Amino acid sequence: MRPIRILVAKPGLDGHDRGAKVLARAFRDAGMEVIYTGLRQTPEMIAAAAIQEDVDVVAMSILSGAHMHLLPRVVRLLKDEGVYDDILVLGGGVIPKEDIPLLKEAGIQEIFTPGATTAEVIEYIQNNLKRALG
Amino acid sequence: MELAARVLDGDKTACARLISLVENESPGYTDALKALYHRADDTYVIGITGPPGAGKSTLTDKLVKLLADSGERVGVLAIDPTSPFSRGAILGDRIRMAAVSGNPNVFIRSMGSRGHLGGLSKHTANAAVVLSAYGCSYIFVETVGVGQSEIDIAGMADTTVMVLAPGLGDDIQAIKAGVMEIGDAFAINKADKEGAGKTYRETLASLDFKTDWDFKPPVCQTAAETGEGVEKLLENIMAHKTYLYNSGELNAKRARRKAAHMRDIVRDRLTRRIERLIASKADVLENGADPYTLADELIKERFQ
Ligand SMILES: Nc1nc2c(ncn2[C@@H]2O[C@H](COP(=O)(O)OP(=O)(O)O)[C@@H](O)[C@H]2O)c(=O)[nH]1
Ligand SMILES: [Mg+2]
Repeated sequence: MRPIRILVAKPGLDGHDRGAKVLARAFRDAGMEVIYTGLRQTPEMIAAAAIQEDVDVVAMSILSGAHMHLLPRVVRLLKDEGVYDDILVLGGGVIPKEDIPLLKEAGIQEIFTPGATTAEVIEYIQNNLKRALG
Repeated sequence: MELAARVLDGDKTACARLISLVENESPGYTDALKALYHRADDTYVIGITGPPGAGKSTLTDKLVKLLADSGERVGVLAIDPTSPFSRGAILGDRIRMAAVSGNPNVFIRSMGSRGHLGGLSKHTANAAVVLSAYGCSYIFVETVGVGQSEIDIAGMADTTVMVLAPGLGDDIQAIKAGVMEIGDAFAINKADKEGAGKTYRETLASLDFKTDWDFKPPVCQTAAETGEGVEKLLENIMAHKTYLYNSGELNAKRARRKAAHMRDIVRDRLTRRIERLIASKADVLENGADPYTLADELIKERFQ
């Protein structure tokens, strides 16, 4: 069975990526190939990387408050490129409760707030992939 | 349209999918490669190797930008080790490739080594075939070089760049013995840091031990973060490329590469056959005869 490929990205301008790094290591330890892109990624860079790396999952962690703009923009770009139906798009970070339904409506399949454990995130991914692992 | 045809048509999604198909050895991958292999020699492959932290990804970013800005389509394959425990991997080379990620002329693909030793993954060379069919005129292959693992990249690349830097402690000393045989060009990176001059002079000195070079590897200093010296490095790479073309060595090198690739394929297939044969002999194995006699019998029965 092939490994799950997952892009871990930090859109926006906020300056640290400790949380994203912890997640990246947890994903690796769960047997995934983690493409880690680091800080300050634009939605365009994230979408391009997702396509070139042929990932199953795009996981974006965000703290800057610009989530309502940046996350739906990534979904839009993936849809324009015709790959959204194959890629599970997830968001995480400090996101106000009232924004979550709006983000889901915009195509972010699940939002993980700081209380979520890495085990929960991993289990969610394993159960919700859009493509078979063949 | 099938995947291979779409790749030849310049479809980036198809290119990404086909690299996955090859990497996973999914059904149809050899047929796809057969359909694309004629394009393999249209691409010039540049290997970037050296110890972890020397600045390979940062340098690659800057080199790729120079070529992409001049209108070339450029591919990057960045290989990092897969964890033998979880079989997962963190592929982090994109962190330092911000200047070109998102550039429509650039296609970057990160690969886990997936248990393959020697610094490359089993299908890195095939991924390069896909990228050349996609239309890349240059492909950079970044791989960590520690000890003997540079040898694979030297076998795969037309030009191999060895990246060294001051302050990496014993790493450089440890790899030095093998290193000097591998680099077609040397970049002494982190020129802004203390000790860069010393590393530069040591590298020059160690190349002086050999006098009968057909092409003496040029050495230059770079500061990849600011881009200083990167144009010179690209010039040095191009000088090696010109030498390979003019001397006829490029064709010879590529023929050797094809032979090695073919050897791998044959060995791989025979190994699988042999595994099956041996597995089918479980009863004989339990009944005493020594492994040499059993091997003689097996070869006589199946291969002669
Ligand atoms: N001072 C200095 N640091 C550099 C230079 N080039 C790269 N680095 C830094 O060295 C570290 C490793 O760089 P990276 O490109 O990831 O190295 P790689 O492991 O060889 O791919 C990063 O923190 C870079 O920012 C340079 O020319 N000067
Ligand atoms: Mg690197």
